[in-house]
Amino acid sequence: MLRIECPCCGLRDHDEFRYGGDASVTRPAHDDPDPQAWYAYVYLRTNPAGPHREFWQHVIGCRQWLVVERDTRNHAIASVDFARKLPPRKSLARKSPA
Amino acid sequence: MSRYSAFSIFRNTLSGQKNWQRAWRAAEPKPAYDVIVIGGGGHGLATAFYLAENHGIRNVAVLEKGYIGGGNVGRNTTVIRSNYLLDGNTQFYEFSMKLWENMSRALNFNVMFSQRGQLVTAHSADQLDGFSHRANIMRLNGIDADILDRDEVRRLVPYLDFSDTARFPIHGAIFQGRAGTARHDAVAWGYARAADGHGVDIIQNCEVTGFLRDGDSIVGVETTKGRIGAGKVGLAVAGHTSVLGAKAGLELPIESHVLQAFVTEPLKPLVDHVVAYGADHFYVSQSDKGGLVFGGNLDGYNSYAQRGNLGVVREVAEAAIALMPCISRVRLLRHWGGVMDMTPDASPIICPTPIEGLFLNGGWCYGGFKATPASGWCFAHTIATGKPHPLIAAYGLDRFRTGHTLDEAGAGPCAWLQ
Repeated sequence: MLRIECPCCGLRDHDEFRYGGDASVTRPAHDDPDPQAWYAYVYLRTNPAGPHREFWQHVIGCRQWLVVERDTRNHAIASVDFARKLPPRKSLARKSPA
Repeated sequence: MSRYSAFSIFRNTLSGQKNWQRAWRAAEPKPAYDVIVIGGGGHGLATAFYLAENHGIRNVAVLEKGYIGGGNVGRNTTVIRSNYLLDGNTQFYEFSMKLWENMSRALNFNVMFSQRGQLVTAHSADQLDGFSHRANIMRLNGIDADILDRDEVRRLVPYLDFSDTARFPIHGAIFQGRAGTARHDAVAWGYARAADGHGVDIIQNCEVTGFLRDGDSIVGVETTKGRIGAGKVGLAVAGHTSVLGAKAGLELPIESHVLQAFVTEPLKPLVDHVVAYGADHFYVSQSDKGGLVFGGNLDGYNSYAQRGNLGVVREVAEAAIALMPCISRVRLLRHWGGVMDMTPDASPIICPTPIEGLFLNGGWCYGGFKATPASGWCFAHTIATGKPHPLIAAYGLDRFRTGHTLDEAGAGPCAWLQ
């Protein structure tokens, strides 16, 4: 079984979690007009056979969103951390001076 | 290649069954081929066979990293059907069904295609309306489809839960009588033997590790058995399309997920059809050896592990008993996991790629097995002519960029939600 060490709740069965997909894709800023950026964000995945950074939410527990680094070949988990520690994304609009 | 027949069985009986020929040669790679097909599964072998049979291209190699029949063609639940709703899917899967109906004869190999019929139960009036819509579309495309009411379903499959306490009572079902199952290994072996008969080299234990390039175009592959040149390269490596695609420089809308399948201990004949549970993801058929073969949902997170987790075993068992309470005490004999290329719209990708000389056949979510002959037929056409076969026009890689997704499952862009 896959077991995830939740930073709040400790080691738990993965049935308590909800998978949230690849954590390495970054969402374009909401006002980004480039369709290629949105296409890449919505559809394209590197899908590695090996270490994979991915989102899991501890739904039957603390409900925190986590970033888990897991090897997709053998489910070995290298690290678990809070997703909220990811750097915040900036809007394109805010970059330009008002 | 000697043909299999009643006479060949009789003749070999006289010599004590000692003089049967190999089903296909143990080929070693030549320096170069007109076409190399990577992946010796059902789709790759079918592609090689139709390249030779339909297009006269016989200088072809199929490279398989393991052994023939050891990949997803041996890991599925063998269901064959063509009950699709959307244009692009409907015609493609029906073409596949017609090839299945003639496959044993065309390959001179008994693939044990059994048209036992498939029904999907409906558990609300609305769901039955939806099925009626689908049945109408199928009939307009010349595909057999019937809508059954509750009593008709009960007469056909009385062992389902028709009690007053069923959590999701059965309202009716959609039924396709020509659907069924086939012997999955025989499909791989039959295509391998028939392709070999046309001169195709089937090279086992030969893993592709990279691509040879001339400028931007691909002119061959690097393998564990050395470099092999090729005029064209076709990729048919279900589950590992991303891994090999990345080596060629393809960025793909694919995630690999594990789908488990299950077999129970052998029972006396019980399930005459293929039955799918409309209230959950569960389907069941009975093998010729008596085991109930069934499957359910994906494990639901990226995985190349080819093994599943117990959570899904429990979910599938729950669905099984909700539909068929009579099997609650039947023991599971074994379960296994296959790696699926999940695409965002649950439809496959068969097309020429932006890379010159490279063709892609991948993205088979759950349904790769039933598509085997049509996929091979259309992929061979695409490789031979350089242009997509009309039946796979909807399966292009560009459909995600242009917004022409073929979302039969209605699952959106999250592969793990399918």
